[in-house]
Amino acid sequence: MIKKKLHLSTLQLFLASLFLVFSMMGAQAQEDATTSDAESATPVEATPSESDTSGGNATQGEALFKANCASCHKLYKKAVGPALFEVTKRHDREWLYEWIKNSAALIATGDAEALAIYNEYNQSNMNAFPGLSNQDIDNILAYTDTPKPVATTAAPVDGEAAAGGGGTSSMTNNIVLGALALVLIVLIVVLFAVNTTLKRFATANGIQTEFEEEDRTERTPIWKAFVQNQFLVLVTAIFLLLASAYFVYGALMSVGVDQGYAPVQPIHYSHRIHAGVSQIDCKYCHSSARESKHSGIPSLNVCMNCHKSIAEVADGTYQEGIEEYGIDYNKEIQKLYSATGWSEDEQAFVGEEQPVRWVRIHNLPDLAYFNHAQHVTAGNIACQTCHGPVEEMEVMYQYSPLTMGWCINCHRETNVDLAGNGYYEEIHKELSEKRGGRQLTVADLGGIECGKCHY
Amino acid sequence: MNIYLKPFIYAACTLLLISCGDDGTKEVDAKSNRSFQYFPNMYESVGYEAYQEGAIFPGNMEAQKPVDGTVSRGWMPYEYEDDNDGYASAKANLINPVPLTEDHLSNGQALYGIYCAICHGAKGNGVGYLVETEKILGVPSYDAREITEGSIYHVMYHGINYMGSYASQTSIEERWEIVHFVEALRADLMGVPRKPVMDKDGKIVMPESGAAQQVTDSSETTNVAADSTMTTAAGNAPTDPQDQQTNDGQ
Repeated sequence: MIKKKLHLSTLQLFLASLFLVFSMMGAQAQEDATTSDAESATPVEATPSESDTSGGNATQGEALFKANCASCHKLYKKAVGPALFEVTKRHDREWLYEWIKNSAALIATGDAEALAIYNEYNQSNMNAFPGLSNQDIDNILAYTDTPKPVATTAAPVDGEAAAGGGGTSSMTNNIVLGALALVLIVLIVVLFAVNTTLKRFATANGIQTEFEEEDRTERTPIWKAFVQNQFLVLVTAIFLLLASAYFVYGALMSVGVDQGYAPVQPIHYSHRIHAGVSQIDCKYCHSSARESKHSGIPSLNVCMNCHKSIAEVADGTYQEGIEEYGIDYNKEIQKLYSATGWSEDEQAFVGEEQPVRWVRIHNLPDLAYFNHAQHVTAGNIACQTCHGPVEEMEVMYQYSPLTMGWCINCHRETNVDLAGNGYYEEIHKELSEKRGGRQLTVADLGGIECGKCHY
Repeated sequence: MNIYLKPFIYAACTLLLISCGDDGTKEVDAKSNRSFQYFPNMYESVGYEAYQEGAIFPGNMEAQKPVDGTVSRGWMPYEYEDDNDGYASAKANLINPVPLTEDHLSNGQALYGIYCAICHGAKGNGVGYLVETEKILGVPSYDAREITEGSIYHVMYHGINYMGSYASQTSIEERWEIVHFVEALRADLMGVPRKPVMDKDGKIVMPESGAAQQVTDSSETTNVAADSTMTTAAGNAPTDPQDQQTNDGQ
């Protein structure tokens, strides 16, 4: 009797403790949520001051700067042209008006100041902006005089604090797990203590706690009973055979199939950011997919088309990278710079080029022929049909099995767009009638003949 | 004995359950190793494949530049240098060898959509998606600059300022097709009629007639989203009045 009672109390204690732990976890998660909310709610914005000493409007200037100047100039960093912060202190305002409106004319007059800049920046012409009024230029200059906002330096510190305080989901999970393990250990110790104490009480009061099992010897052991029951043995054997066949079949079918293969690449390139967030067309980088067998790994000059001017990701993106993926995106861009030999200070390719050793993901065996142009350009198949939701992949992985069955299935199911194909119009019509008037698939046009892919 | 064992089992079970809870967002399980390959020679072939490493190549790379002086089929030398003089000379002298046909124009439009629209905008007004999201700044509208077919091609070939070269991504003919489309966009932005286009039968179609209008219409429908956002973005741009004109014109 007492033993049963004891047993129950163990379970009850355990359930109670479990409830306690979970409720603690919930409370902590809620706390996290509220703190992170509070953090994100605090404004981290530094708008350029409206009123300025020179009478220019910095907000209007910012728009003008972004539309006209930002293709060559940055505020605090040398770009194609010089950094423009406090340019008013370096040059006379009247001189700046003249320079911006038509720098070439100013250089032609032999102005020493103008010539010095022209020669310093490799004699590259600055566009003339005759359309900008003096007031416009004042506005731009007011904007270029705004000091570097404090928020940009404060933001990473803010992020660190958030990370330290357990603001990240993985951190919270780790802490919760740790706390849970600790609580469980404590619980077990407590249970033991309670149990021994109770037992001591029981023995002190003369209550029997350990029961001798009288009929122990008469019982047949469970394995002997099992062997004696032949039906059970048969069923188990069949079950085991089927189960092992299932696993062997699965293992054999996965030979040479690399679905889900996601190797770590030398540069962490996020397809999510480029194809997803930034909506850059796949073919922008993989341009040879349009016209050749290979889709091509873009050479780094294609990266530099944009990354000449994008040396750092936005603060929000940076935080996301650190917190969700544990990746410092800015460091990855620096890897690109060192591979191409790009120098940010000199804004030129001066260093040594280092080829990047990308790890190949999709690899068809040589016995099968596959042509990208045939599918992308002629077939008009979206890249995602085979490569999956690349625009959501932080780390690229092989989405499709790339097995023959998979190819054949698609060839059987995909209808061919035959419109505008004048030469074969009659044949296509006849073939369609032969197939019961339905639209023709790739298979109907010979898409599952062996020699199409194996030769 | 049972009494001591059970808490342990419970604890282990809970730990197991909880430790599984974190990830599982990916549909396909990512793995960092390839599976077993039967006859690996068919996967890692004896011959050199594209981008492969190979000790016999300089720099260990299979991907090599062509030997100096060799040209690929259909390649023509481009003789304008990447400097101010080259730009000026291309702007003045370079003429589009690709005839302005409907096919070339629509090809140009498709290519423009891939390579240019992301910064220059679907309408060429300098407000592409990357500009809208302030990732790339200072992209001028096509009507804000004095450009010719020669200078458009030159800039595509060599790049200018922060714009890189697109010579590696496009062929000679494709670049000229893009030039045709950029000129059409520029005409739209300036509010002047487009150049006459040749249709499939070799007939010259004036831009006011149905065929050319169709091209603009399709570009309109495909970029509905871009249009709606553009009107807000164009508020700051100095090219505002011209945008208005084009919209009215259409």
